Amino acid sequence: MLEVSGLRKVYRSQRREVEAIRDLTFTVDDGELVCVVGPSGCGKTTLLRCVAGLLGPTGGAVRLAGNAVTGPPPGMAVVFQEYGRSLFPWLSVHDNVDLPLRQKRVPRPRRAALVSEALTAVGLDGTQQSNPWQLSGGMQQRVAIARAVAYEPSVLLMDEPFAAVDAQTRAELEDLVRALWQRLGVTILFVTHDIDEAVYLGQRVLVLSASPTVVQDELLVDLPAARDQLHTRADARFTALRARVYEQIQAAKGAQPNTAISS
Amino acid sequence: MIRRFLTVLALPVTLFLFWYVASRTSESFYAPPLRTILVAFGDTWTWPRLRADVLPSLGRLAAGYLLAALLGVGLGIAVGASRRLRAAAEPVLEFFRAVPPPVLVPVIMVFAGIGNAMKVIVIVSGCVWPILLNTVEGVRAVDAALSDTSRAYGITGFARLRYLLLPGAAPQIITGLRQALSLAIILMVISEMVAASNGLGFTIVQFQRSFAIPQMWSGIIVLGLLGFVLSELFRLGERFALGWYHGRREAQRRS
Amino acid sequence: MLRLSGLAGLLGLAELLPRLGLVDDDYLPPASRIVAALAAEARTAAFWTAVGDTLTAWAIGLVIACTLGVAAGVLIGAVPVLRTWTASTIEFLRPIPSVALIPLAVLLYGTGLGSTLLLVVYAAFWQVLVQVLHGVADVDPVAEETARSFRFSAWARVRHVLWPTALPYVFTGLRLAAAVALVLAVTAELVIGAPGLGSVIAVAQSSGAIATMDALIVVTGLLGVAINLGARLAERRLLSWHQSVRGEVAG
Ligand SMILES: Nc1ncnc2c1ncn2[C@@H]1O[C@H](COP(=O)(O)OP(=O)(O)O)[C@@H](O)[C@H]1O
Ligand SMILES: [Mg+2]
Repeated sequence: MLEVSGLRKVYRSQRREVEAIRDLTFTVDDGELVCVVGPSGCGKTTLLRCVAGLLGPTGGAVRLAGNAVTGPPPGMAVVFQEYGRSLFPWLSVHDNVDLPLRQKRVPRPRRAALVSEALTAVGLDGTQQSNPWQLSGGMQQRVAIARAVAYEPSVLLMDEPFAAVDAQTRAELEDLVRALWQRLGVTILFVTHDIDEAVYLGQRVLVLSASPTVVQDELLVDLPAARDQLHTRADARFTALRARVYEQIQAAKGAQPNTAISS
Repeated sequence: MIRRFLTVLALPVTLFLFWYVASRTSESFYAPPLRTILVAFGDTWTWPRLRADVLPSLGRLAAGYLLAALLGVGLGIAVGASRRLRAAAEPVLEFFRAVPPPVLVPVIMVFAGIGNAMKVIVIVSGCVWPILLNTVEGVRAVDAALSDTSRAYGITGFARLRYLLLPGAAPQIITGLRQALSLAIILMVISEMVAASNGLGFTIVQFQRSFAIPQMWSGIIVLGLLGFVLSELFRLGERFALGWYHGRREAQRRS
Repeated sequence: MLRLSGLAGLLGLAELLPRLGLVDDDYLPPASRIVAALAAEARTAAFWTAVGDTLTAWAIGLVIACTLGVAAGVLIGAVPVLRTWTASTIEFLRPIPSVALIPLAVLLYGTGLGSTLLLVVYAAFWQVLVQVLHGVADVDPVAEETARSFRFSAWARVRHVLWPTALPYVFTGLRLAAAVALVLAVTAELVIGAPGLGSVIAVAQSSGAIATMDALIVVTGLLGVAINLGARLAERRLLSWHQSVRGEVAG
């Protein structure tokens, strides 16, 4: 189980302080797929970096399976927002996926199997020897996902992974994430600014307020587990949930007029 | 193909012919006919002379340059990876870089004499700064997203050096190595001109002092060829080492 | 604070190593002796003449090299035919080490200013030329085509498309050239004996005045630092002006 309790993060530089996160508390159960949605600049990336152990919180704590997260914990994989820049341009697609496994000292035959399985799962057979920059944006994002999947994480963090790909690719990748999640039984914390995406993907949606950030609302997505782009999005329940999230985000803005103006 | 060949060769050949023809009847003591220089070239740069003067020069150059590369990249990575070390070291490094390297010759002569060691030390102490500073800059500029990725996936220690820092800083490191290469040649020649009993720089100054003008010109040509060949070799090496870098730049330019 | 601590550490080391006998103080005099020697030098007229000679050769050489480099670069860059036909020649001439010209300079100009200038101009010229050519090659094809489609004259294309694009590269070239020019000026003085700091260093060395020699070398380093800082400052000033003006026009 992933527990975030009383998380607070203030960025300090010489000139000013930015309170990116005021107070976040929530939990994610093992095998759950939870979406975090909030407006741009509300601290979603900051939250994710704290959970990933890449950033020390100013207050509060993150616990994974009961242990406090102080550095990147084993068994956690991250797909970054800047997917293009998170792939090693000097390594081939294959080596990009393979390198973390080598660091984990996975035996060679198992590595080969994991890499080709992961690349097949994201539909990237035949590009193993290319360099990442030879691929389109959508394909680069698939490589980043393959790298995370091949790592066999127990927890997968994804930071607006589809913010910069075209609508068609985005729909495909969303279905890919759900399929992988159902197959692998991995815990996923998925961050996005897109309300539709959050409701379509998640079992649960956490709505963050605008800065200074707190959990504005938390709702259960009681849609059937088998989802598809056409029918799920046309479902009346989907529309209702989406409207609720939208209202909450609006309310978060309206409820704190002072801070909204000052930020 | 033929067209390309033409564009590459046309101007150099024209210039050469022009020099040849214009200097044909030259009476000037300092600018003898090119024909004379070419004859002197053949007579001067024979195998024994190559072995006696060019090989030692190349040996010093290689030793000094490689040592400087090792030192510069090694220290540069250490300094670049630590913010505090970098802040403390930068002013000192900037100063050492700004000292015109040839003035190191007399300093180093004071304690290293005039043998091979002196020349190698001169080359190392002149070439190490551009490599070092560029490496520091390169390590600092390693993409933050990649750095995060490495940490998140447990790529630490030696693997971090091997897969993140070195290749990430490689474009800058190579810039430093290129600057250092031309410096190395300059320092090799100068240290041999100032104090030596063999080597390219020594021989050429010898020709000048004994007013063997065609031979002196032929020596200048040898130095020119040496510079050209080394820079071409460097270019080949760079294209091999930075294939990904140029490829990505092309890809970005096209999009 | 940290930045100063590095320098202080270096000075401390240069003082302590010879004092503790870890290095022979005939080879490396303690920092305090070098500073004393520097103070003594600074009171002599000869020292300032040497500094003046070095800077004069540097400045004249730099101006000539930059004028030639920029003119040649823009001309070659603006005319595609020239660019293709000269590329190989430039690639061949550029790596010729400037010091190869030392014997020639001695024959032509002896130990006069001309020797220094020949080397300085030769070395600095290539730095400028190569950067200008890079800058010209960086011109956005879309901007170039836009200018053509509006039937800009050749001069207007150089003035409004090529030159603004190349300007940052020109400054990089000037900065590199300024540094190289100092190196070559001191080298010529050191090796050939042309008047300036280099030849004073050679004299100090041959007369065994090691502390004086080290002090003079520190002076060349300080000149180098000043030139680098000045060039960077000028670059930032002039380029930010250039960008802000462009921003205003665009907005
Ligand atoms: N390294 C940093 N230093 C200072 N402020 C930062 C830093 N990173 C993010 N911030 C600020 O923190 C806030 C939240 O940023 P971020 O977590 O990136 O938001 P999101 O991912 O939701 O768009 C923003 O106001 C941003 O400007
Ligand atoms: Mg973000």
